[in-house]
Amino acid sequence: MPSPAVAGADRVLLDAVGVSMRFQRRLSLGERIAGRLGAGLPPASVGAVEDVSLRIVRGETLGLVGESGCGKTTLGRIVAGILAPTGGTVRLDGAPVRAGGRKLTTRVQTVFQDPFASLNPRRRVGAQIAEGPVAHGATTAAGAAAYVAGWLERVGLDPAYAGRFPHQLSGGQRQRVAIARALAMRPDLLVCDEPVASLDVSIQAQIINLLLDLRAELGLTCLFISHDLGVVRHLADRVAVMYLGRLVEEGPAATIYAAPAHPYTQALLASVPRIARRGDIGRHAFRPVAGELPSPLAPPAGCAFHPRCPHAMPVCRSRRPDYCVDEGQGRGLACHLADRGEPLAGPASSH
Amino acid sequence: MTGGPLAAFWHDFRGNRVAVAALVVVLLLLAGALSAPWLAPQDPYDQVTLSLLDARRPPGFVGSGGYVHLLGTDPSGRDMLSAILYGLRISLQIGVFAGACALVAGTTIGLVAAFVGGRLEQAIMRVVDLQLSFPAILLALILVALLGQGRGQLIAALAAAQYAYFARTAHGAAAAERRKDYIEAVLATPLPAARVVFRHLLPNILPPLIVVATVQIANAIALEATLSFLGLGLPITEPSLGMLIANGFQHLMNGRYWISIYPGVALMVLVVAINLVGDQVRDQVNPRLRR
Repeated sequence: MPSPAVAGADRVLLDAVGVSMRFQRRLSLGERIAGRLGAGLPPASVGAVEDVSLRIVRGETLGLVGESGCGKTTLGRIVAGILAPTGGTVRLDGAPVRAGGRKLTTRVQTVFQDPFASLNPRRRVGAQIAEGPVAHGATTAAGAAAYVAGWLERVGLDPAYAGRFPHQLSGGQRQRVAIARALAMRPDLLVCDEPVASLDVSIQAQIINLLLDLRAELGLTCLFISHDLGVVRHLADRVAVMYLGRLVEEGPAATIYAAPAHPYTQALLASVPRIARRGDIGRHAFRPVAGELPSPLAPPAGCAFHPRCPHAMPVCRSRRPDYCVDEGQGRGLACHLADRGEPLAGPASSH
Repeated sequence: MTGGPLAAFWHDFRGNRVAVAALVVVLLLLAGALSAPWLAPQDPYDQVTLSLLDARRPPGFVGSGGYVHLLGTDPSGRDMLSAILYGLRISLQIGVFAGACALVAGTTIGLVAAFVGGRLEQAIMRVVDLQLSFPAILLALILVALLGQGRGQLIAALAAAQYAYFARTAHGAAAAERRKDYIEAVLATPLPAARVVFRHLLPNILPPLIVVATVQIANAIALEATLSFLGLGLPITEPSLGMLIANGFQHLMNGRYWISIYPGVALMVLVVAINLVGDQVRDQVNPRLRR
């Protein structure tokens, strides 16, 4: 898979540059009065996403991973045009996804995490799938039933389900409906925000296989957000790792899984539970990432990962590492260890 | 169990005998009011059929019309039963219309405020809060005094006094639903805002609004009766229950209790029955109270 850095600009489908999302905390009356009187209060905002740049090339799947609360869902919603970023731009084929406070394009569609929340409980499944395509002229009101039936079949559901309400379906069936609803808009980019996280493990595999089939069949470009590195491994061509609102590492999936460079990526990979083979016990023991995600309200100085990092150096506590992109290999990394040119041998790179 | 959510709702509703009895009472009163012209022995508005000889007769009196005045007669010789049936008709009509107007206006205001958000939401909801801090009767009194007498004016005044309850409820429910993924999903399609609000948001906030509507219809009936009792409601040619009570008020001390008491009982039974039905609906809609 060619990296975005070497790919021609015309192959780049999604180009997000310097995207930031700061959520303001509502100030209390006392704080506002103090602010007006000139008291120097600390800025009461949380940076959910800070200065993230991403490119997705046509036809590829980018896996976005990180712990809960690292800002990956917020980034996904910005890419999908649901949220307006407080800084930076998101362009799809050179055109902005949002302008004037509303989403402009139908070419990005989203599959949400929880299929119990993402479908309107009071509308029939068929009506929910048909609504967007009819409103945007992808089909006509007269042709809607056949159009919906076609999409239901494509996601592996009986077309008769069009007449059901969401509460009459199981979680996996609902997620299939949500996928059909998104794909019926014929998007170029599909943002999948943890689409299997709330499903049974047995159902997860079905939904992932469905996404793989549909991607091949329709030539979809995907942003696949997940905290589950095992799931991302099945789907992603490239992987981007987020920590506390920032990208820490990015690169081709094979490279990231084989030789993770950032200590956080190494720790994440080491924390993936695996079935140990005979004789492996002890070598592949389950190791969670040490410590907890710091509060984004008071991020640590320097590198945000340093309190949990086994390789932390003095410089990590004082200065934030720059995000360096190696265009030739299509990799990006924000770590002081790389500045020293040390080859990193992580615990998860052993196979 | 077959059928949709309505069948399930009725199954739960049937479990509360008081509520079922109240519903039967409401339906009986409604049927009586609707068929008043056929049920009532006399047309109480037809001055020609009234005779002063029949005035202020106690229940059971056989008047010049040749039939028994089951609930007695009023100072103009009107049959009280007929007057109550016709009065119910007016009271229910005004209650239902005022409730419906307040429902539509209040829901729209609350929905739009919750959906738009920001300063407009703040401004709208503060006005609503301000109005909720007044007694509704006070506002209705002022509005009736300004607008004048008449059925349309009274409905407008009652709706204006009551829309705030619907706005509050609609805003609260819509603000909660607004943040759910299915609204984000349709906004992300994207679909026009008006369509999202009325096709997706509105159907999902209806249950609490139906509860408020039942209670507010009962309130509108009571408010109208109060206004009419004070002489600020409908003109004397269209006596509602409140005016019937007022008519007999000065005779109460003379022992001619029936002129005031029977319309009062009718009013009380109607309002209490509607409230009991509303309570049961509220208990069933509120998931925290669901067994």
